Amino acid sequence: MARRYDSRTTIFSPEGRLYQVEYAMEAISHAGAAVGVLSKEGVVLAAEKKIMSKLLETSKTTEKMYKLGDHVAAAVAGITADANILINTARLSAQRYEFTYGEPIPVEQLVQHLCDTKQGYTQYGGLRPFGVSFLFAGWDQHYGFQLYQSDPSGNYGGWKATAIGANNQAAQSILRQDYKEDLTLDDALKLVVKVLSKTMDSTSLTSDKLELSSVTMEGGKVKYHVYTDKDMEPLLASVNAARAAEGADS
Amino acid sequence: MGDTVFAIQGADFVLMGADTSANQSIIRMKIGEDKMLEASSHMIMGATGDGGDRVQFTEFVQANMQLYKYRNGIALSTHAAANFIRGELATALRKGPYNCNLLVAGYDNDKPSLYYIDYLSCLHKMHCSGHGYGAIFMYSLFDKWWKPNMTLDEAKELAKMCLAEVKARLVVAPPEFKFKVVDKDGVRVVDLTA
Repeated sequence: MARRYDSRTTIFSPEGRLYQVEYAMEAISHAGAAVGVLSKEGVVLAAEKKIMSKLLETSKTTEKMYKLGDHVAAAVAGITADANILINTARLSAQRYEFTYGEPIPVEQLVQHLCDTKQGYTQYGGLRPFGVSFLFAGWDQHYGFQLYQSDPSGNYGGWKATAIGANNQAAQSILRQDYKEDLTLDDALKLVVKVLSKTMDSTSLTSDKLELSSVTMEGGKVKYHVYTDKDMEPLLASVNAARAAEGADS
Repeated sequence: MGDTVFAIQGADFVLMGADTSANQSIIRMKIGEDKMLEASSHMIMGATGDGGDRVQFTEFVQANMQLYKYRNGIALSTHAAANFIRGELATALRKGPYNCNLLVAGYDNDKPSLYYIDYLSCLHKMHCSGHGYGAIFMYSLFDKWWKPNMTLDEAKELAKMCLAEVKARLVVAPPEFKFKVVDKDGVRVVDLTA
């Protein structure tokens, strides 16, 4: 291939490809998966944790899920340190908007702003792209609940259900089969956990391998809820049972 | 203080009036000047101020609102626009200030709204308000006669009372006023006598 073009992030290869962007996506395909599903009652995000240690202070650190504003959150797949920079940029963007306009930033505009930043790193500056993909879950008064996905190229799309990170193609095909319109929040929760359980390496899902969150509406206000280990138990139990039953049948 | 602008919020509209006299010190340059700029399909800004600031600033706001609409596919709400305007005035205040007072009136989310913004970037959401010498005489009339959910006819009657008071008491009372209404159908010019 045209190896000598790899080292420059901001030029095309003779075949018209941006190698650094592709390599960034390759890095993400080895990272912990994240799945998002849009329901009429809210958006659900689930992610596979890669760092598991009983020494980890779980109440203080979060590896995959981040709150960007009162009405929008994101799940991350890729290089955590890169993600932290972009999370901070997103938070700043959301707060700047609110400072200027006195109301929360529409979700798509936040996504666009972040993606414009990511795109910049593919075109000028001579710096490598960010090795992060995001799933954004949020609510605004214009379009209600929304789910967006973005990648290192700075491209983004709105989705009903999608996945990023390791085994995301397998996850997407399961979503394509099992996603239905008019899912309840409960259906969506079961769906993301089911998808992750099938695409993760381990045989059964336990709460220490998972981060689960939802963006819903409660009492007229948007609520971002991170599920605790206790919250997750009944959900995981039912999904693991269903999986065992399927395993027994096949 | 030479220009007079005032507005009255009703059940499902805002009625705004502004004098049409464009002055240069003691000389009346023009009658028929429209001081209520339409920033978007459902928002108007009635502005006072001279030296070009009134036009420069309101057209700057209008351009930014249009840009937002084209970039994002949705219009800025009146509340967001009022905050944006206030922020711009505040930033410019200690650099190169705009000598411009505004009333921002709009209709969105099935509700009318009215915001008072002065040249020091003070922002207040109000149901009746005004700027300029003429408005000084109107505040007591607003206090006595405004009530929630007024009809357009009732608001017009109140506006007529305001004009009568300005004519009677203000030495430099403007000879002519223009009126606009913002409601669910957008912006239109109205005649108080009709």
